[in-house]
Amino acid sequence: MRDLPAEIQAWIGEKRYRQKGEFDVERGYVFTTCASVENGNPLFWDEKVAQDLTDGWIAPPTMLSAWFRPHHWAPGRTQQAQPLQVHFDLKERLGLPEAVMTDNTITFGEPVRTGDRLETWQILRSVSDVKQTKLGKGRFWVIDVEYVNQRGDWVGTETYTGFGYRRDVG
Amino acid sequence: MSGFETLTSERVRVGDPLPELAVDVTATTVVLGAMASRDWRPMHHDYDFAVNRNGVKNIFLNTPNQAAWFERYLTDWTGPAGRLGRIQFRMKDSVFPGDRMLFRGAVESLESDDTGCAWVEVALELAVEDRVVTACNARIAIPATEGDNPWKRRGDRWKPRG
Repeated sequence: MRDLPAEIQAWIGEKRYRQKGEFDVERGYVFTTCASVENGNPLFWDEKVAQDLTDGWIAPPTMLSAWFRPHHWAPGRTQQAQPLQVHFDLKERLGLPEAVMTDNTITFGEPVRTGDRLETWQILRSVSDVKQTKLGKGRFWVIDVEYVNQRGDWVGTETYTGFGYRRDVG
Repeated sequence: MSGFETLTSERVRVGDPLPELAVDVTATTVVLGAMASRDWRPMHHDYDFAVNRNGVKNIFLNTPNQAAWFERYLTDWTGPAGRLGRIQFRMKDSVFPGDRMLFRGAVESLESDDTGCAWVEVALELAVEDRVVTACNARIAIPATEGDNPWKRRGDRWKPRG
């Protein structure tokens, strides 16, 4: 990371973009998510099973990031809000217009329940030297996204590895 | 607990395969998955953007929806008492409309932590035409015996990181 700008070096390990969810965890999105992958797990469809196993309705654990993706539009918003803003900041500051996610690790804590209002923040963990891949020339970076509920209980951490790049022009 | 199958650790052995799952992907699969995860980025619904801007052949499945597919695949096997601790996946290639996704998996290890929670480490893969497009490792808690319930573990008694 010898040639990494000092501004970006300073982001490493820093909690950034702390925010509360724009809406409560709700079952409509749970149903849509289950429908999208044909998930018939009775935890999300059968109230007795949910009561017996999890003391009430919970959301599928892998939905963590959905509760923080901003609305595509909202009144008064002058520019589109971005999820995983650190990723987009890196693209912009490093002049890498394209990006893909390559690795994703999610660790799950307390169950996320209907009615919860979660809070999150992002931490940049590392940025690689410049690499050449089949997509183009760019850098890999690792970002943690941590989530807690309204009681401060840890509900999960997502770790993303992204690759920001500039396409090779033949 | 009744009315559903519960996989207990007594019934699991290292090397056990998980039942395979095949899914034909359509544009609706990709778009529905993106919308369900509130991912409005155009490469998951806009063919022209995906091809001409991203340089890929079509719109493609987004990351959170792949996680949801792996979760569904795992809990189809464990039943609802299975509780995910950690899931890690590496996307080597994209999944496009027209692809047939094949999910496969096998038990890599089985252990009990110091609270008595039974953990299964599972190696999974998502393949398209015998090409692994996403490799995945998962750590999932299952009941040690009938009547045990991993969802009841709280605080220090829940150890998803191992």
